[in-house]
Amino acid sequence: MTTTPPKFIGARVKRKEDPRLITGRATYTDDVTRPRMLYARFVRSTHGHAKLVRVDAEAARDAPGVVAVLTGEDVKDRIAPLPVAHKIADLKTPPHPALAVGEVRHTGEAVAVVVAESPAQAVDAAEKVSVEYEPLTVVTDVVAASKSGSPLVHADLKTNVAFSMSHVAGDADARFAGAPVVIKQRIVNQRLVPVAIEPRSVVADFDPGYEKLTLTSTTQIPHLVRLLLAAVLGLPEHKIRVVAPEVGGGFGSKLNFYAEEAVLAHVSQRLGRPVKWTETRTEGFLSTIHGRDQVCDLEVAADKNGKLLALKATLYQDLGAYHQLLTPVIPTLTVLMLPGCYTVQDVRIDLKGVFTNKTPTDAYRGAGRPEATFVIERALDLVADATGKDPADVRRANFPPPHAFPFATCTGLSYDSGNYQATLDKLQLAVDYKAIRKEQEAARQAGKLMGVGLSTYVEICGLGPSAAMPAGGWEACELEVRRTGKVVVKTGVSPHGQGEETTFAQIVADGFGLTPDDVEIVHGDTDAVAEGIGTFGSRAQAVGGAALSRCVETVRTKARRIAAHLLEVSPDDVVFEAGKLHPTGVPAKAKTFQEIVDAAYLADQLPPEIEPGLSAVHFFEPSNFTFPFGAHLAVVDIDPDTGKVTLRRYVAVDDCGNIINPMIVEGQVHGGIAQGAAQALFEEAIYDDAGQLVTGSLMDYAVPKASFLPSFELDHTVTPTPVNPLGAKGVGEAGTIASGVAIANAVIDALRPFGVKHLDMPYKPERVWRAMQGGAR
Amino acid sequence: MVSVALTVNGVARSHEVEPRLLLVQYLREVLALTGTHVGCETSLCGACTVLLNGRAVKSCTVLAAQAHGADVVTIEGLAKDGKLHPLQEAFWQEHGLQCGFCTPGMILAAHQLLEENPTPDEPAIRHALEGNLCRCTGYHNIVRAVKAAAAGK
Repeated sequence: MTTTPPKFIGARVKRKEDPRLITGRATYTDDVTRPRMLYARFVRSTHGHAKLVRVDAEAARDAPGVVAVLTGEDVKDRIAPLPVAHKIADLKTPPHPALAVGEVRHTGEAVAVVVAESPAQAVDAAEKVSVEYEPLTVVTDVVAASKSGSPLVHADLKTNVAFSMSHVAGDADARFAGAPVVIKQRIVNQRLVPVAIEPRSVVADFDPGYEKLTLTSTTQIPHLVRLLLAAVLGLPEHKIRVVAPEVGGGFGSKLNFYAEEAVLAHVSQRLGRPVKWTETRTEGFLSTIHGRDQVCDLEVAADKNGKLLALKATLYQDLGAYHQLLTPVIPTLTVLMLPGCYTVQDVRIDLKGVFTNKTPTDAYRGAGRPEATFVIERALDLVADATGKDPADVRRANFPPPHAFPFATCTGLSYDSGNYQATLDKLQLAVDYKAIRKEQEAARQAGKLMGVGLSTYVEICGLGPSAAMPAGGWEACELEVRRTGKVVVKTGVSPHGQGEETTFAQIVADGFGLTPDDVEIVHGDTDAVAEGIGTFGSRAQAVGGAALSRCVETVRTKARRIAAHLLEVSPDDVVFEAGKLHPTGVPAKAKTFQEIVDAAYLADQLPPEIEPGLSAVHFFEPSNFTFPFGAHLAVVDIDPDTGKVTLRRYVAVDDCGNIINPMIVEGQVHGGIAQGAAQALFEEAIYDDAGQLVTGSLMDYAVPKASFLPSFELDHTVTPTPVNPLGAKGVGEAGTIASGVAIANAVIDALRPFGVKHLDMPYKPERVWRAMQGGAR
Repeated sequence: MVSVALTVNGVARSHEVEPRLLLVQYLREVLALTGTHVGCETSLCGACTVLLNGRAVKSCTVLAAQAHGADVVTIEGLAKDGKLHPLQEAFWQEHGLQCGFCTPGMILAAHQLLEENPTPDEPAIRHALEGNLCRCTGYHNIVRAVKAAAAGK
């Protein structure tokens, strides 16, 4: 370890990624062209549920520039059904064909693919594909779909329930009996559309000479896509290359394996030419996974001081029509995190994963944890309301004390480190909580509707211990010191805005006394980076950075061995700090890092037991998840005439452990807060009874604009995690996990004069106005 | 087919194009200037924003033919002689971008704002950028970047 203070770790280093991005010189997937490249356009179901009677491609095949039209029948023996990665006992896994065969089960399901010489010819020809549907009954309500007798999404299953699970700890029923406070509340976490600003895109290029497939795709998981392409297409994995070039946002929606990736790869192999597909936005609204869509029937028991006695919850997760890669896994994270940062030990949590005739749901920023945090943070506010206690005090009464970590939760987790009091203290101090409540009192006297909402959250990330992960949870890293003393890092994480080209360079720079410009971070190409898992679940620092950290240590150890040999001392007597290696207490006899690198490569002075070269490979297996936490506060004002909610102020105090680059961490929190605020105030994916996505474009689906949001106030505490050498917990999703419910609690607080106990998101003016009239909850 | 002749980033270009070809498609597919991005087809997201005769327009809602005779500036043309425009510097300094996909359009929309209002306050900045969606930054640092560029930092 260095004894000098870090120079780059902890500093607000400007991003190395930015020069190419601010000058328009980066390459995103749709920017890619290949010689003789063809263009694909998908024909998609316009029905929520129907028999696919006939797909007539004749007129399309004759259209100008068309090279091929393929239907489900054409590919069903060449492309295996799409996989689902899980460890759920008795999960029903109905086949999910890449192109529909016999039946379509959600609007937007791919039915055929048209391949032509130009994008316009493909679009024109796709309109000539004639599809005959026989409508079947559509089911869109998840609770109704879960009941026996419901119309079925997959007739062969005889049920829409893909899986059930229960978690029981302690004796909730006993604790409920005679409890002074018992609250029952249904809480709906509405369906969202992720809307990464870059639409999904795939370029498949099968080289017939080398029999090698190169797939360029907007993916967060290039190595897993490589594995799954091999499985689904029957190609050898070692002859597949997957490239994730610049990727324009993912938020979990690109953590997947999609039909379009499999179909494009197959088409390229079939035709022996490269082929590109890029989704239109309205297409993406139907064909890219959705987020959330969970109903919770909550019961809380508490004592008169607001101490939680027990929780009972029945969760209904709307899976959509099929499993995508992690669809059923997401709500299992809700189960694990339902108790939040509280000591309650008696719980019964039941979860049902239920099919409906909608686009499949899957990971979307927070992936199961915003749902959990929403439920438990609403529960705390409901208890505060029932006991007449302040919401902050009620939370404190339920926190584990700072010395209780690692803290064993009633859902079988071990929270690595935490100090929930400290973040809440810091928050209340920062906003002058008493003054805000006084301001609210005065506002209420004046007939104004001002609300203050809290969210004290803990979340599970740094995914994760391989025992809990369907495809392994490690991350891999290779570090090479080149002859010129520069460093190349090959990491299995796949950043798409998170800045690891900068933060990883900061870590390496401090390790060897270099600057970040001396370090090149390579990612997103499975030919360049041998193995990896990818970027999701706030794991890039906690797992990927940890693997890098090990590589730095291994190379430092070898550097000290070489220096020891050159200096004729024992390796234990060599100090490596600020880019120099010297015997302990004799800094004048230092070798520079470059001199060590020279020795490693010229190799004319190395003893036989030291191999030439200076590099390392490590796979970091995390021993646990990591658990960032924090306290957020929202202030809202509601227009009493229109119900319009204005988010006036948002304050966040977060703890993600040790921070590599505060500027980047703040950026992640800003973006995270915005997406939780979006769910609370603006966004919902609405299906009608025919299974049509009514909010089918950006004209109806209200992704927040700059004028919809305020600037945010951020602060932090640092409670390192013992799980990895960096002490870093991860922060990419924490903002989203906290903010939806902080704003919800503020809105409902604002509506207290109307006796509103609960209101579901989004808090659009009409919903709020109706609640004020004593109407819909 | 129609003939279009226009200046793009200071260079005279002319081509025969289909009448329905959008300006963004002309820039990306014919001129290979892929810095201008497509994020939607309903003119909402603003990733396609370029300058047309000095004014910010959404190039997905302009036909290439409509740009005949015009002077177009894309993100690739903003830096002069290797020197970044103050907005580009400011976005870099203030971490006003993460994935970078909305950034070219965002910078050109901000360019329009600063031409009209050299010292915008926060509400003016947020209002001016209503036509440009960002999913990564929550807009917080974008506002800071525009303020910094305006202040000539």
